[in-house]
Amino acid sequence: MSQWEVVIGIETHAQLSTVSKIFSGASTAFGAEPNTQACAVDLALPGVLPVLNKKAVDCAIRFGLAIGAHVSPKSIFARKNYFYPDLPKGYQISQFELPVVQGGAITVQVGSGEKAYEKTINLTRAHLEEDAGKSLHEDFHGKSGIDLNRAGTPLLEIVTEPDMRSSDEAVAYAKALHALVRWIGICDGNMQEGSFRCDANVSVRRPGQPFGTRREIKNLNSFRYLKDAIDYEVRWQIETLEDGGKIQQATVLFDPDTGETRTMRTKEDAHDYRYFPDPDLLPLVISSDWMARVQGELPELPAQKRQRFMSDLGLSAYDASTLTASQEIADFYESTVTVAGADNAKPCANWVMVDLAARLNKEGKDIAESPVTPEQLGGLVLRIADNTISNNIAKKVFEALWNGEGATADEIIDKQGLKQITDSGAIEALVDEVLAANAANVAEYRAGKEKAFNALVGQVMKAAKGKANPQQVNELLRKKLSA
Amino acid sequence: MIYASVKELSQALAAKQISSVELTGLFLDRIERLNPEINAFVTVDRQKSLKMAADADARIAAGQAGPLTGVPIAQKDIFCAEGWLTTCGSKMLSNFVSPYDATVIRKMHAEAGLVSLGKTNMDEFAMGSSNETSFFGPVRNPWDRERVPGGSSGGSAAAIAARLAPAATGTDTGGSIRQPAALCNLTGLKPTYGLVSRYGMIAFASSLDQGGPMAASAEDCALLLNTMVGFDERDSTSLDRPAEDYARDLEKPLAGLRIGLPKEFFGEGCDAEVMAAVQAAIQEYEKLGATCVEVSLPNSHLSVPAYYVIAPAEASSNLSRFDGVRYGYRAPEYGNLDDMYMKTRAQAFGAEVKRRILIGAYVLSHGYYDAYYLQAQRIRRLIANDFVEAFKACDVILGPTSPSTAFKIGEKAADPVQMYLSDIYTIAVNLAGLPGMSLPCGFAGGLPVGMQLIGNYFDEARLLNVAHRYQMATDWHQRRPDGLA
Repeated sequence: MSQWEVVIGIETHAQLSTVSKIFSGASTAFGAEPNTQACAVDLALPGVLPVLNKKAVDCAIRFGLAIGAHVSPKSIFARKNYFYPDLPKGYQISQFELPVVQGGAITVQVGSGEKAYEKTINLTRAHLEEDAGKSLHEDFHGKSGIDLNRAGTPLLEIVTEPDMRSSDEAVAYAKALHALVRWIGICDGNMQEGSFRCDANVSVRRPGQPFGTRREIKNLNSFRYLKDAIDYEVRWQIETLEDGGKIQQATVLFDPDTGETRTMRTKEDAHDYRYFPDPDLLPLVISSDWMARVQGELPELPAQKRQRFMSDLGLSAYDASTLTASQEIADFYESTVTVAGADNAKPCANWVMVDLAARLNKEGKDIAESPVTPEQLGGLVLRIADNTISNNIAKKVFEALWNGEGATADEIIDKQGLKQITDSGAIEALVDEVLAANAANVAEYRAGKEKAFNALVGQVMKAAKGKANPQQVNELLRKKLSA
Repeated sequence: MIYASVKELSQALAAKQISSVELTGLFLDRIERLNPEINAFVTVDRQKSLKMAADADARIAAGQAGPLTGVPIAQKDIFCAEGWLTTCGSKMLSNFVSPYDATVIRKMHAEAGLVSLGKTNMDEFAMGSSNETSFFGPVRNPWDRERVPGGSSGGSAAAIAARLAPAATGTDTGGSIRQPAALCNLTGLKPTYGLVSRYGMIAFASSLDQGGPMAASAEDCALLLNTMVGFDERDSTSLDRPAEDYARDLEKPLAGLRIGLPKEFFGEGCDAEVMAAVQAAIQEYEKLGATCVEVSLPNSHLSVPAYYVIAPAEASSNLSRFDGVRYGYRAPEYGNLDDMYMKTRAQAFGAEVKRRILIGAYVLSHGYYDAYYLQAQRIRRLIANDFVEAFKACDVILGPTSPSTAFKIGEKAADPVQMYLSDIYTIAVNLAGLPGMSLPCGFAGGLPVGMQLIGNYFDEARLLNVAHRYQMATDWHQRRPDGLA
């Protein structure tokens, strides 16, 4: 495998969170009875005309600004012509030669812990277009049903350069993009409902060689499928090439049940979409005033927040990236720091990234559903910082907070008597007791076995029911043993 | 009353000399009697029309009438009208009852209170210059039943010429108001692109299509235009301009008017008798105080080729929605989906429509787009610039509307290029988006001859003034065909 390089580019369709459709006044709400949210324009009755929804343009501008792209002052809507029953006009209104967003980049964190690295994915473009309706092949014996509720729903198609080199990078990008579009409020990110779906263009090559022939995996609506589909496709392409075969340019579908991709159509039967500028729509002109208005409405962006976490709170790049992976995590973290104070920014980061994340993960919960509030967590960090409790005890308090055993860390510490023993007399008594009862460990330690020391610390902590200040225990033990 | 002008009818209605119901009834009776010979109307609905007339009478009685409330009018069957069969002259829409009103229909009926006498025949999807491509059969020219009325608004033109209606709407993509007006001795105006909403007007070539009035005189056209124009938020190409009264300058004297005569319109290719009538009109204008200057439209010879790239390109895409899936015709028997599309479209589109869809799909296809579509767009800009230059030296441009008078049914049907050339003087106006009109200026071999006036952008009021002063001095527009009692 090592002599093959994987090349991946991703196209994402993000459904924009507008109340009405991109070219008509019909509602975009999900899940209505078939064809109840399709007006004359969506049905493509004879004579109807599209009128651009400016809110969809706001979304595109927001996105362009958020990724540092060129928001084109003039862009063109074009018709992409093909016949399909769920495409009422016989063409899709999209953007082709002059898209509204050009260039830009997203920097993502790939992997975790020590192996984590940063990668910048360049974007080619992002353009506005309308979604098609849905063909329903079940429930109609020998016939197909058409639901045009989704027809005309605004989409932003976001296209990257072929910059990703592994399925992990692809997933990291998709997750970062997913977080970003939600962060800036242009897409609800609901992947089950199809609000955010990815197509992956995958090819392999020998390092240093030109790009191989790519195959496009369509409509991946979960990060898991994205990874599995790319991994399968990469294996398949390498095997094919190593067996002396050739890759044909094709569009493929991923079957989550079998974990395999299968060819939908090859280049030979690719459409000629006969793109041309839509004469029903004027060029989209975005004035500097419009840009400035949208700029003013933008929240602090993940990249800006990440920078601030590093410069103002002294977090590492990795921590700052992890804590800005989504608006919810960032908000949670910032609220925690507000309570615990900037001096405790690092322990707050650890609690959110490690303990809280693990607990949430175990329960399959989202951070927005965390039973422990940022205020509670901040209060807990404060008690660690002022030595009221040790880190170990803090884990107990956290668990108690999670289980709703008290309203604050202080209340739980009080109620459950978890306050740390810092009285050196009391600790000394415990140390003496342990040393007397564990002569074997003492002997081992003196014979040079450091491990024996840890066992002794453990015994003291056990005797203190975990509440002794660990640092004091350490110091006292060392002192007594070296005496 | 049948021969009264729109203006006279509105005065008679306002003075309660006749009710709209009576007037509408008169025209409906006449349609019933004469339409079988002319085939100008494809849909007439007496009850609906009389109901509209009764509503108009109520408005007049209540003192809530507008200037044209109660005046009957014929609507080209390209405009969607709620509850009316709206066929666009095609088998494809032969069963389509529109669930909504086009903006023009709403403005003329709901707002102005005009009464619809029915829907008029037309070339299929407005593609044609003779009305022979209609699924509902050719329209006959009231001046000579063996001849075409022109097209595509041929039904509207024949209806007025046979006085089945005092006025009508038309649409003009390459000359479809002006050429039939010329061939039927009428006055017709194609406004500046964007002045009249295209919402609900079934699209042929979106960047060229424009609705406008057809009537016996410029004065009537001005009154009708007042009811048709206005910004429409449903049409992104509609222009937001302050309202104006297009009749305000009708009688303004023409002294000092500069008329531009493009040398390209006075060369070869035009019937000599047609040219003689146009020359006589020029002399009449000089008598009225205008001065004539020669101007040049050096790229006008490219207008027909450019048009027959751009218009079919847009049409091929605009007509994709007629796929048999949601409304309109669907082949009774078919195999799979592709077969359904092919059979439906093969059976329901006529030869001319198919020809243009094929040309359009071809010029937009990969590898040909630059050479055809983009090149045609460049020519379009050159043509528009020619007019900008010409209007530096003149106020209006004058020339023939069509190179010949009405030709015989079937005469050009087998030769599409000959047919396309009958719009040689009108097409450039659509490519430039300018207003243009045709008005009667004489006869050749007993058949009407029209002259064309082209104005600068938004200069409709001046065009109508120039036409009206001519009609005050001449009576060509008042001549009627024989044999229509």
